[in-house]
Amino acid sequence: METLMSLLVGLFFAIGTYLILTKSLLRIILGTSIISHGVHLLILTMGGLKTGGPPLLGLQDLPFTDALPQALILTAIVINFATTAIFLVLSYRAYKVLGTDDTDQMRGNHDE
Amino acid sequence: MNNLIIMPIIVPLIIGMAMVIFRRNIKLHKILSLIALAASGLIAVLLMGEIKADGIQTLHLGDWQPPFGVSMVADMFSSLLLLTTSIVAICCLLYAFRSIGEERESHYFYPLFLFLITGVNGSFITGDLFNLFVCFEVMLISSYVLISLGGTKVQLRESIKYVLTNIISSFLFLVAIAYIYAITGTLNFAHLSVRVAEAGQGGLLTIISILLLIIFSLKAALFLFFWLPGSYSAPPTAVAAIFAALLTKVGIYAIFRLFTLVFYHEPQITHFLIGILGAATMILGAIGAVAHWDIKNILAYNVIIGVGFIIAGLASFSIEGITGSVYYIIHDIIVKALIFLLGGTIISLTGTGKLKDMSGLIRTHPYLGWIFFIAALSLAGIPPLSGFLGKVFITHGTFEAGYYWLGGIGLMTSLMALYSVIKIFMNCFWGETFLSEEMMSGTTKGLMVPIACLSLLTILLGLGAEGLSSYTELAVETLMNPELYIHAVFGGQSTP
Repeated sequence: METLMSLLVGLFFAIGTYLILTKSLLRIILGTSIISHGVHLLILTMGGLKTGGPPLLGLQDLPFTDALPQALILTAIVINFATTAIFLVLSYRAYKVLGTDDTDQMRGNHDE
Repeated sequence: MNNLIIMPIIVPLIIGMAMVIFRRNIKLHKILSLIALAASGLIAVLLMGEIKADGIQTLHLGDWQPPFGVSMVADMFSSLLLLTTSIVAICCLLYAFRSIGEERESHYFYPLFLFLITGVNGSFITGDLFNLFVCFEVMLISSYVLISLGGTKVQLRESIKYVLTNIISSFLFLVAIAYIYAITGTLNFAHLSVRVAEAGQGGLLTIISILLLIIFSLKAALFLFFWLPGSYSAPPTAVAAIFAALLTKVGIYAIFRLFTLVFYHEPQITHFLIGILGAATMILGAIGAVAHWDIKNILAYNVIIGVGFIIAGLASFSIEGITGSVYYIIHDIIVKALIFLLGGTIISLTGTGKLKDMSGLIRTHPYLGWIFFIAALSLAGIPPLSGFLGKVFITHGTFEAGYYWLGGIGLMTSLMALYSVIKIFMNCFWGETFLSEEMMSGTTKGLMVPIACLSLLTILLGLGAEGLSSYTELAVETLMNPELYIHAVFGGQSTP
């Protein structure tokens, strides 16, 4: 299972990197979004996949699964949600004001 | 347990959120933001007193014992930075009152400013790697909005690059957290330190430490500074000044915390690499500062030189070097804010950032000129101003550690930094006055107060370094002895 997850994480990173290296802003944002999913899966895998019961007080005898990675991922998802929202708004505004979503044409010069 | 520790996070956060409700009342915004920053400065002073009396202060949130809960730890290094942050933030805020403009004010400029300070303060006092990530994000998301607030073409273009760079480095941060959790099974700094010391810092952990170094280098503009000159010249002066003063320093603080507390076992690899990065940063920054003829670019490259120099003290990894870094980081926060405010004032007066289009300002604005001169000397570390002592200690530390090349590069780039700011001084203030008083677009009314405060501070810090020494000694003692930090967090109990 860990091998499968690692391959999946690798795939997410590959797709995300490819999208970030393209020129269109929207694709770049989609790329960051996909990489973030890869990162969350990586945290889950590195923290150890399900090995026992839920970490509840009534089930003390069982070996239980570490619940911390889930908590970390939840926080990371919330933060990623916020940054993606800001990035989307920002690029929409940039598209409106600059008149392009092609990063090649966004270099500009300092004389403006 | 000390509940005071969390206050520098809570106070600006709650007041900032309250301000969002009263959107129309700008006067209330101004008063409340001043109160919040003054309170966080006052708390830092109280904390410094307690740390001096009773040692490092800790707080375990929700009374969850470490390493299971999130710990907040205030040692002398972080409290000194907290205090400096508050003072500089107040000065930048006073400057913003006069210069930021009504449109930005009504679009939540002051709440965002407070959220930025919340993130910065949080990064300084957190004792947990994941919490550090969260505080970084609080700071970064506020900075994304602050850098693009106003929506001019340059701002939008530069903020997209800035946001993308930081989002990618945040992903790498999470990747590093995942790896470090897999190997050590903990994220608490003190517990990490114990576990890494027990297991030995093998190849895997060293690689992860270098991954963390890359992440913080992106935030601190250590070698990976390609994003900095553009994005620091886009926003309005008050924002650029607080960015230049604080944001890179948070990255530097994280590097210091990790490479003195956790990853200190292989200095011949990690600290040597840090030294090389510092040297490269100083050289490239100095070349940029000397080459440019635009005020904003010259100042942005000076930020980069400062980062390299502070890091050189860590690379030496000696008591002398770290002492120098503690002095220099405080000096650098103050003087970078000062010189950015001065540069912004000159640009708003003349309406241009190009050195060749301005001259003779000393006749119309003598005080501005002389304060700029003081700031330039302080930046280069001329005694008796505040940069001097830090430079001496860092140079001495690098020589002591045998890194003669690093110390030499530091001294050489100091001269180049001095040349670059004196170039601004000569071109702006000397020569024929061809801009008459009426042709100047802005005024310095009210802007001189924060500038004068900061310049007074850099003089006092230079003259009164003796009074600060008992505090910096404590800071260095904690940084050089990880056991003190571990003992404070675990309270003498055995670590699980």
